[in-house]
Amino acid sequence: MDLYEHQARELFAEHGIVVPRAEVTDSPKQAREIARGLGGRVVVKAQVKTGGRGKAGGVKIAADPAAAELTARQILGMDIKGHTVGTVMLAQPVDIAEEFYVSYVLDRAAGRFLAIASAEGGMDIEEVAATRPEAVARVPVDPAEGVTSATASRIAEAAGLPPQTVDVLVRLWDVLVREDALLVEVNPLVRTRDGRIMALDGKVTLDGNAVFRQARWGADDAEHDDPLEAAAAAKGLNYVKLDGEVGIIGNGAGLVMSTLDVVAGCGARPANFLDIGGGASAQIMADGLSVILSDPSVKSVFVNVFGGITACDAVADGIVRALDTVRLTKPLVVRLDGNNAARGRAILDEHRHPLVEQVSTMDGAASRAARLATTP
Amino acid sequence: MAIHLTKESKILVQGMTGGEGMKHTRRMLAAGTNVVGGVNPRKAGRTVDFDERAVPVFGSVAEGMDATGADVTVVFVPPAFARYAVVEAADAGIGLAVVITEGIPVHDSVAFTDHARRKGTRVIGPNCPGLITPGQSNAGIIPADITKPGRIGLVSKSGTLTYQLMYELRDIGFSTCVGIGGDPVVGTTHIDCLAAFQDDPDTDLIVLIGEIGGDAEERAAAYVRDHVTKPVVGYIAGFTAPEGRTMGHAGAIVSGSSGTARAKQEALEAAGVRVGATPTETARQVLAVLNGEG
Repeated sequence: MDLYEHQARELFAEHGIVVPRAEVTDSPKQAREIARGLGGRVVVKAQVKTGGRGKAGGVKIAADPAAAELTARQILGMDIKGHTVGTVMLAQPVDIAEEFYVSYVLDRAAGRFLAIASAEGGMDIEEVAATRPEAVARVPVDPAEGVTSATASRIAEAAGLPPQTVDVLVRLWDVLVREDALLVEVNPLVRTRDGRIMALDGKVTLDGNAVFRQARWGADDAEHDDPLEAAAAAKGLNYVKLDGEVGIIGNGAGLVMSTLDVVAGCGARPANFLDIGGGASAQIMADGLSVILSDPSVKSVFVNVFGGITACDAVADGIVRALDTVRLTKPLVVRLDGNNAARGRAILDEHRHPLVEQVSTMDGAASRAARLATTP
Repeated sequence: MAIHLTKESKILVQGMTGGEGMKHTRRMLAAGTNVVGGVNPRKAGRTVDFDERAVPVFGSVAEGMDATGADVTVVFVPPAFARYAVVEAADAGIGLAVVITEGIPVHDSVAFTDHARRKGTRVIGPNCPGLITPGQSNAGIIPADITKPGRIGLVSKSGTLTYQLMYELRDIGFSTCVGIGGDPVVGTTHIDCLAAFQDDPDTDLIVLIGEIGGDAEERAAAYVRDHVTKPVVGYIAGFTAPEGRTMGHAGAIVSGSSGTARAKQEALEAAGVRVGATPTETARQVLAVLNGEG
């Protein structure tokens, strides 16, 4: 789960990292007031969870409160890479002497975190790494030790950062560990003309698995831009909206991803990812079907289940009972294979729903669902 | 012989007395697995009656190992406590910890995989279905009745895709199938299993199943190119996954241009691995290789 810049800023501040004075609003009028409180001249920054805001015109300097209101009005509602700007942050401008880059990222292959730091901040770090790899230091962090001042000194030295950044590096590690983050990035970390080290912009990605012990990042942060995703999340479904016309329900993340690919290989586009997991109860099936059927672009639905721990007859029962509560409006292609497949297929055959058909193989069923979705 | 798990393996179950632990211990026993005990400090000294036999509950992994000579633990402990369960098992000196638990925070996985590595304990998982050596032993939740003993080795990030391939190739049979898990940080990688299968005299061919996210498959491809002489057939899921979205598994996410299915497929093919377009087609490729075609 990615945080907005202003939320990242708040976390940094709580952990003792110096940040510019700033406030967030969704109202241009209020933006004027905030600018006045911050001394008039402000930076107006679109709050969206994507990079490249500056290039898209989402970050602008406003010379006075009136300009801040005008600029906020321009930026609010703007579309940046498919994200609509709902709020802007107004921040006090900072007199920058030097810009650096620091982050802690998960090194999946090594199974530990990696410090990445560079004295060339303010730019896209991937670009710096590609053109001048020697300017980017990568220091693995020992999981048992974490980042002590000794480690932080090593990181700063490797990247050519001034010694004042050591304290920030230690505090940033604290943010990573205490907040259960998978990524913390400060870009740029700056030295101001009056010699302070300040985090000007940041990115934090939190670990969704840690929600049970990080109570404050709850429901309002796991927000969904898409109404279908919001509806699915409210029902506890593992659903991702896509742009196609074949609705997909399956069990197991790998099998569902594979199902999307096989449908795409048949010349149709999957409308969603939906993993109903091991349970496949009538309730989950009914919830899944109702979300998918409420997607106007869906033309057919493909239920692809491999009966492993859950037997296919239980899945078939679940489908039949789900069809008692959900009115089926699109053709449903079902593929049941694995444990008790014959019994499961017999249950669906007996039910004789006019819109339900069975195909015994995954590839065959995908092709049938694709044809139903693409034939007018 | 198989890899990591044989009929000689003596298995403890941490979290055996919980719902999932009970259900799957019963299934493991039914598959002929030598489950020698459960671990739960609050129920130490009792026994739990399963259909096959009564299984004692020990107060700690160390106690269970002392009493039974156990060398494998299967962990069903809930996410908040899984870290301590694995650390305890590693401190007790167990050889293999199979962590089934889904939803463990990454910082915890980093901590316990690192600790286990220092202690010489192999971790499989977390968020995995475990591993099965058909006809010998089943450590985890993979259905034991899908297939029979044979000479294909399988390593996969995905549980249900593992079952699907086991089913497609049920008449050929498997030496060992290992579900390494779909989390960003796992204790055992594709490479670890490739190395073990390469050395296993009972394995003739290796099936490698991957999915979007990270670069484990690219690394596996390089390993195959340099170290594996047995035929490898691959399958990758997630070609249609949009960038920046997590697809079910915590680790299944394409970030920018990295972690894509296309890049993984290309890396594997460049290393001489045949990659199937669908699970069924992958199974057909396996049959073709085994029959000496192409």
